[in-house]
Amino acid sequence: MLLNLRRSVVISVVFFLLLGLAYPALMVGVGQLFFKSEANGQITKYGSPLIGQHWSGPKWFQGRPDADNPMATGAQNYGPKSKLLLDFSHTRVVALEKEGITPTNDLVTGSGSGVDPDIAPADAYAQARAVARANHLSVGQVDALIKSHVTDAYWGFLGAPYIDVLQLNEALATLTGTR
Amino acid sequence: MSLTWTLVLLVAALAIAWRFLGSYMAAVFEGRVQFLGFLERPIYRLAGLDRTREQTWQRYGTSLVVYSGVAILVVYGMIRLQGSLPLDPQHFGAVSPALSWNTAVSFVTNTNWQNYSGESTMSYLSQMGALAVQQFVSASVGIAVAIALVRGFSRNGSPTIGNFWVDIVRCTFYVLVPIAIAFSIVFIAQGAVQTFAGAAQVHDVMNGARQSIPRGPIASMEVIKQLGTNGGGALNANGAAPQENPTGLTNFLSFFLLLVIPFALTYTFGKMVGSIRQGIALVAAMVLLFGVWFGFTSWAESRGNPAVAAAGVRYQPGGNMEGKEVRFGVAQSVLYDVASTQTSTGSVDGSNDSYTPIGGMGLLTGMMLGEVTPGGAGSGLYTILLFALIAVFLGGLMVGRTPEYLGKKIQAREVKLAALGALVMPLVVLVTTGVAVSLPAGRAGPLNKGPHGFTEILYALTSQTNNNGSAFAGLSGNTAFYNVIGGVDMLLGRFAIIVPVLALAGVLAAKQPVPSSAGTFKTDTPLFSGLVVGVIIIIGALTFFPALALGPIVEQLVHGKFF
Repeated sequence: MLLNLRRSVVISVVFFLLLGLAYPALMVGVGQLFFKSEANGQITKYGSPLIGQHWSGPKWFQGRPDADNPMATGAQNYGPKSKLLLDFSHTRVVALEKEGITPTNDLVTGSGSGVDPDIAPADAYAQARAVARANHLSVGQVDALIKSHVTDAYWGFLGAPYIDVLQLNEALATLTGTR
Repeated sequence: MSLTWTLVLLVAALAIAWRFLGSYMAAVFEGRVQFLGFLERPIYRLAGLDRTREQTWQRYGTSLVVYSGVAILVVYGMIRLQGSLPLDPQHFGAVSPALSWNTAVSFVTNTNWQNYSGESTMSYLSQMGALAVQQFVSASVGIAVAIALVRGFSRNGSPTIGNFWVDIVRCTFYVLVPIAIAFSIVFIAQGAVQTFAGAAQVHDVMNGARQSIPRGPIASMEVIKQLGTNGGGALNANGAAPQENPTGLTNFLSFFLLLVIPFALTYTFGKMVGSIRQGIALVAAMVLLFGVWFGFTSWAESRGNPAVAAAGVRYQPGGNMEGKEVRFGVAQSVLYDVASTQTSTGSVDGSNDSYTPIGGMGLLTGMMLGEVTPGGAGSGLYTILLFALIAVFLGGLMVGRTPEYLGKKIQAREVKLAALGALVMPLVVLVTTGVAVSLPAGRAGPLNKGPHGFTEILYALTSQTNNNGSAFAGLSGNTAFYNVIGGVDMLLGRFAIIVPVLALAGVLAAKQPVPSSAGTFKTDTPLFSGLVVGVIIIIGALTFFPALALGPIVEQLVHGKFF
């Protein structure tokens, strides 16, 4: 028993030093040396392309209807037959239609992370007409902007095609000269 | 189409790993790999260990239990004291006693149930030094127990089943650490965060948004969280959080990593008992059940979310996006979540709570099968071996002769131990769910009303007893009631199975083999795989059917009603 205790303590200390300190520190070293921007969260002066922000339309492209609070991530966790989800989705549908946007699946539903930075290409095209009108651009210009910001699935099949809303809006601001 | 290619790549990658990682692990546990001797020898010296001295099953079990007890105290102490320890850039201070108990038990039992949000609770030192350490070691402990049981079959007349300390040290440094280092680099290159810098403050002048973006040593934890079938992420959103799982590639690697060791161990098993075909019989049963469950859950999710449809979005391309991330899409999110629930990992890349009623049931029943398809690191193999013993026992009853498995006679004592190990989980889940729904403190937990609320409670206790850690996260689990009862469930689900398994290992190792004859029931055939599948289904499905009828099934069947 005493021998087991002694061994448990020794092994715990060894594992703490090697797995709890050396391993993560080594990975921080590799990250900071070779992938500095990625390892630090790709922070720019406008935010991070990893983290969604709240954009009110139709002057900007909108993302998913999340809380976008990175300090409290997570989904809203409403069940599939929840009145709360029904009300939440209905409010979103009405708001989008009022702005002249056809409600799409992603623009109505909350994400898994609560900070989903992306929308699908179809969600952006659904907003093209409204965004063009609000910014005095042609629909063709906006469509071209959207097209140039689509990131395909990894190797064409891992994951799904998406558009980072922050980067799309940065490009929109450049186009309209408001940035 | 992308799903097809993803599955092709996954199967190919797992098949290669099954063959090579499987035989490498056999070499590690048979002591044939030595290249890290320079690291091992000082550890054994410090611990006063002779690496050639083996233990009886009683001593092996005592070492395991004592170590786990000390590990729970270490994790508990570190997160209680984190306010006075370094690497706490956001000054979180101590974690409450009930939550610390639940969390310490959770990480030591390989469960990784989390009644807290990492980004607003845990210091970097707690994440790395307390929680992630156990993500390595708890996996090694599970694998060590599985190997001990395999030795029970492969040895004849042996009083010992290996040395616990040597097994966990070798598993950690020869198997887990090299894979974790290699994949961490890929995750970081893809955009998973890995830094000691604190949260980043940003202010977007375009829309006025101000955000505080949590960072930390996230990627290193992410990889071992999957590889060790742990599931506890650095952030509350877990694998859905872009800082943990930034791209379609990291999502793929996540479910590859959590499946790789549980599947490969069936090859290790075959190799150590001297017949790869025996391993194939088990992996076939695992793959069959996994495939059926994935197909069913994926179909359920592709049909879309009923509440979102009722709100006016009839066209839901891809399926139910509520609680899922755009960059992964529905199909590959489902693949992740099915793999995670059936490996006792429990990480999520979306909200399981927002799955369709029967899609969520697919995840829940994946755990109720007993975590054997392929199950957790080590725990999957030793639990399916219990089911295999029950299967040969049933086969023996049918033909009326004493059953044998891998040359060992399976007699009353072995069958009792196997049945005990297999029945602990359903018993604990159903009794504690009954307790939870009977008490106001239990009923206060669910976020959702109606049958979905009941499913949240059933899911939480099924998950913790199976050492999974996946959640219907609407449940408010950080209460004295759920912290305590969950902790008890996790301990029982871990050690009340491990102890009978080690006893079985000891009893089997001591036996002499019986020569196989014309009447021996062959256990490397499709017929035997089918029998194992039958036993798993009967124990899982029949035991839980009444509970499922009150939750997801009734929720699915009440058409057009919202709660």
